[in-house]
Amino acid sequence: MTSSVTIALYGSGGAGVMTAANMLVDAAAAAGWYALFGRSSGAQIRGGEAAAMVRLATHPVESVDDAIDILLALDWQNMQRFAAELPLGPHSVIVTDPAAGEVPEIMAGSGARVAVLPMKELAKTVPGGRANMVGLGAVAALIGLPPERLTEVLGASLKAKHADAFDASVAAVRIGAEAVGGLGRGRPLEPPAASGARWAITGNQAAGLGALRGGVRFCAAYPITPATEMLEWLAGALPGLGGVFVQAEDELASINMCIGASFGGVPALTATSGPGLSLMIEALGLAVASETPLVVVDVQRGGPSTGIPTKSEQADLDIAVHGLHGDAPHLVVAPQSIADCLFATQWAVHLAETLQAPCVVLSDQSLGQSRAVIDAPSDPGPVGRRALAPAARGAAYRRYALTAAGISPLAVPGMPGLQFTADGLEHGETGTPSAQAADHAAQLDKRSRKLTGYDYGPAWATVEGAGDIAVVTWGSCTGPAREAIARAAEHGVLARLVAPRLLSPALPSAMAAALAGARRVLVVEQSHSGQFHKHLRAEYDLPGEVESFHRPGPLPMRPGEILARLLEMGERP
Amino acid sequence: MTRLDPKEFKSDVKPVWCPGCGDYAVLSSLTKSLAELELLPHEVAVVSGIGCSSRLPAYTNCYGFHGVHGRALAVGAGLKLARPELAVVVAGGDGDGFSIGGNHFLHACRRNVDLTYVVMDNRVYGMTKGQPSPTTEADWENSAMAPHGTGVQPFNPLAVAVAAGANFVARAFSGDPNGTAAIVSEAMRHPGFSLVVVMSPCVTYREEEREWKTLVRPAPPATDDAAEAARRLMGDDGFNIGVVFKGHRAPWMPRAAAATAVADLERRFLIRGQAALSS
Repeated sequence: MTSSVTIALYGSGGAGVMTAANMLVDAAAAAGWYALFGRSSGAQIRGGEAAAMVRLATHPVESVDDAIDILLALDWQNMQRFAAELPLGPHSVIVTDPAAGEVPEIMAGSGARVAVLPMKELAKTVPGGRANMVGLGAVAALIGLPPERLTEVLGASLKAKHADAFDASVAAVRIGAEAVGGLGRGRPLEPPAASGARWAITGNQAAGLGALRGGVRFCAAYPITPATEMLEWLAGALPGLGGVFVQAEDELASINMCIGASFGGVPALTATSGPGLSLMIEALGLAVASETPLVVVDVQRGGPSTGIPTKSEQADLDIAVHGLHGDAPHLVVAPQSIADCLFATQWAVHLAETLQAPCVVLSDQSLGQSRAVIDAPSDPGPVGRRALAPAARGAAYRRYALTAAGISPLAVPGMPGLQFTADGLEHGETGTPSAQAADHAAQLDKRSRKLTGYDYGPAWATVEGAGDIAVVTWGSCTGPAREAIARAAEHGVLARLVAPRLLSPALPSAMAAALAGARRVLVVEQSHSGQFHKHLRAEYDLPGEVESFHRPGPLPMRPGEILARLLEMGERP
Repeated sequence: MTRLDPKEFKSDVKPVWCPGCGDYAVLSSLTKSLAELELLPHEVAVVSGIGCSSRLPAYTNCYGFHGVHGRALAVGAGLKLARPELAVVVAGGDGDGFSIGGNHFLHACRRNVDLTYVVMDNRVYGMTKGQPSPTTEADWENSAMAPHGTGVQPFNPLAVAVAAGANFVARAFSGDPNGTAAIVSEAMRHPGFSLVVVMSPCVTYREEEREWKTLVRPAPPATDDAAEAARRLMGDDGFNIGVVFKGHRAPWMPRAAAATAVADLERRFLIRGQAALSS
C-alpha cells in the first residue's frame, strides 16, 4: 500500500485522455482521496497529443512527485516531445496497447516494467465501447479505486443525456478492470482519510473565487493563456453577484477600465500573463500615484516575449516587483498552492482596498491550469474595506492628506462636497498637481509608509519547522519544497521552510525572525537567472552559507531535486 | 431640481493653458452645459488622459480622474459601467485620443457605453511644444520633429467614429461657446457613446488657427443614416460645425443575471456526493 500514486495518461487527439483523467480524479475524490491533476498538450489549437498527470494521495497534494508510477498510453504519437514531463524509473509500470506498436526506447529505457493491455481490442467487444474507458477501468483496478465510484461519475456525466454511452462506458470500465489480473502487481492506495467538505477546483478558479470573496465586483480583461480560464469563470460568476465583466480591447484598456471602476468605488481585478503584465505596467504606476486600489493576477508562463504560453515558470518576479518607473511602492503577493490561490487573491483584494494601492498576484500556469481536490476553506477570510472619507464638513477635502499611517480617507464619485481630481501627476494633499520638491517628498513618503508600516500578520509567509537549514522559496515551489523537507527529515536532515506570500514590500524584521538560528539557507525557485535569490539578497540579511538552486521552467520543480541538495547540505560539517 | 450657476462647476485651480488657448472656452462650454442639464458637481465625473486639454478635470469642481496618456476612454468606460448613475464626460486632445489612444477610440465607438467624449482638436501636440498630431495637415512644416511636414494624411475622427459605431457624432468650435455648450448638452442627453470634436485653436504653436473663426460654417441638419453621415464627413473640408450623426443604438450595458451568492458558487466546487454539505 502506498499513500500517494502518480498516474499519467497519454494519447493523441480524440483518444479521450483528458476525459478519462477527469473521471479518475472525480471518482478518487468521491472515494475520499485528494488529487492534483495537471496536463500538457502539444501546440495544436484543438486535438493533438496530450498527457494527463494525476497524483492521488491520502493527504492534500501540493506538489508533483518525482516520477510516474503508472503510465497508461493509448498510443505513442510524438511521445518524444513529452518524455521529459513523464519521468519513469525502474519501479514504474507502463501499460501499453499492442495496437500502438513498440514502446518507444525513450520510455522503455527507463527500466520501467511494461504491461500489455489490448485496450482497443477489448473496447471492440462492447458496442460503442472506447479504449480510454478500458484504460480507465484498468488504472482504477491497479490503484484499488472501487469501480462503483467510476460508475457514479460516469452516471453524472452521461446517464441523463446519453444512456447508450453510459452503458458502453460502464461495460468498458469493467472489462478494463477485469483485465488487470494479467498486468502484474498494482499500486494500491491506502484507504482515504479525508472527512469534511472538499472541493475540486483549479488554481484559476480558486483565484477568481478568492477575488469575489474579497469583494471584487468588476473585472475587465483580455484573453491570454494561461489566465483565460479565470476570466471565463469570472465572466460567468460576476453578473449574478451584481458585478460587471468586460472583455476589453487590449490589456491597456483592461487595467485602465479597472482603475476607472475602482475610482468609482467598486473593487476591481484583472488577470493576465507576462506579456499582458508588461503592457499594464504604466497603469500600475498610475494606480500607485493616484492611490487607486486594484488587483492584477499574473498567471506566469515561460518568458520572455511570447515564450512558452502553455507552461509554467516563475520569472515575472522582477517585473512585478521592480518593473515600474519612478519610486512606486506597491504590493506583490504569491499563492503557494492551488488552495492558496483562493486565500492569496482574497488577501490581495483586502490589502489593495485597505492600503489604496495596486497588488500584483503572481500565480503561475502550474497552479492556474491544474485541478486539485482540496479541503474546503473553513475561514471566510478577509474582505476589502476602504477608509472612506467622512461627509463634507466645510473645510476643503484633502484626498491625499498626510496621515500618520499614510492612508488618506477616500471619497468616491457621488459623495457630495468631496469632489477631487485623482491624478497620476505628482500632487499636493488636495490632489492639485505640484512639481515642488516638498510635495514630491511628502507624497513619496506617505505612499511608502502606508505599505511598510502596515501589520500584515502571520499571512506574510509560511514558516514551518526549526532545522538549522532554511529552505527559502516562493509560489508554486513551496509544495515541492515542503515535501523535500519532509523526506529529508526521514534521512535525519532537519530543515525549516520559509516561503514569503508577501513579496513586496519586504519585511526585514519578520524575515530575520523566520531565519533566526539558521546556519545554511537554500533558495529554491523556477527562474533561469535566480530572480528570487537576487531579490532576497537585495532586501534581506541572509544568515550563514547561502546557496541558490534556480532553474527555468517549464518542467515542474520536483521534490527529489530539492531533496538532493538538502541531503548534500546536511552532510557538510 | 435647482439649476446651478455654471461657475459652481469650476474649481479655483488656475489652468496651465496659454493665453488665447481655445480650451478655456471649452471648459466654459462644458460647465454651462452641466448646469443646463441640471446636474450637481458630485454626480459628474470628468476623466482625461495626458496633454494640454487633458488638464481640464481639475479645473472643474466635479469628480475628476487625470490618468495616463491615451487611456482616458478606458478609465471612463470602467467608471460608467461600475457606476451607471454617474454622468461621465471624457475629455482630451487629438494626440491623446487618436494617436496613442486610437485603439480605445475605435472600441469605445463600437462598445457604445453611455459616455460623452469631448476632444479638443488643435492639430498639434502642445504640451510637448509643437509636434504634429494625427489631425495635423501633411504639409505643416513648423515642427522640428517633422521639418518637411509629415507627408501623412490626417486622420478623420468623425468619419472613423461613424464607421466604428459611435451613436452621436458632432463637430463644434471653441470660438462659439454657446453653440459648443448646446452640442455638448445634446451629446450628454443622447444615449450611448457620443463624440464631440471641438476645434480648439492652439495659438502658441499653430498661430494660423486663429483664422478658423473665418472658415467655420453651420453643418447641414443631423442625419440618422450612417452612410449619409459618412458621405458628408468624407466630403467636407472639416469646417462644418454642428451635429452630424445621431444613431438609435441602445447603449451597451453588462448583462444582468439572476442573483446568486458567493456561497452558491462555492457549492459548485464540492466533490461528488457532497452537494448536501455546506461549506
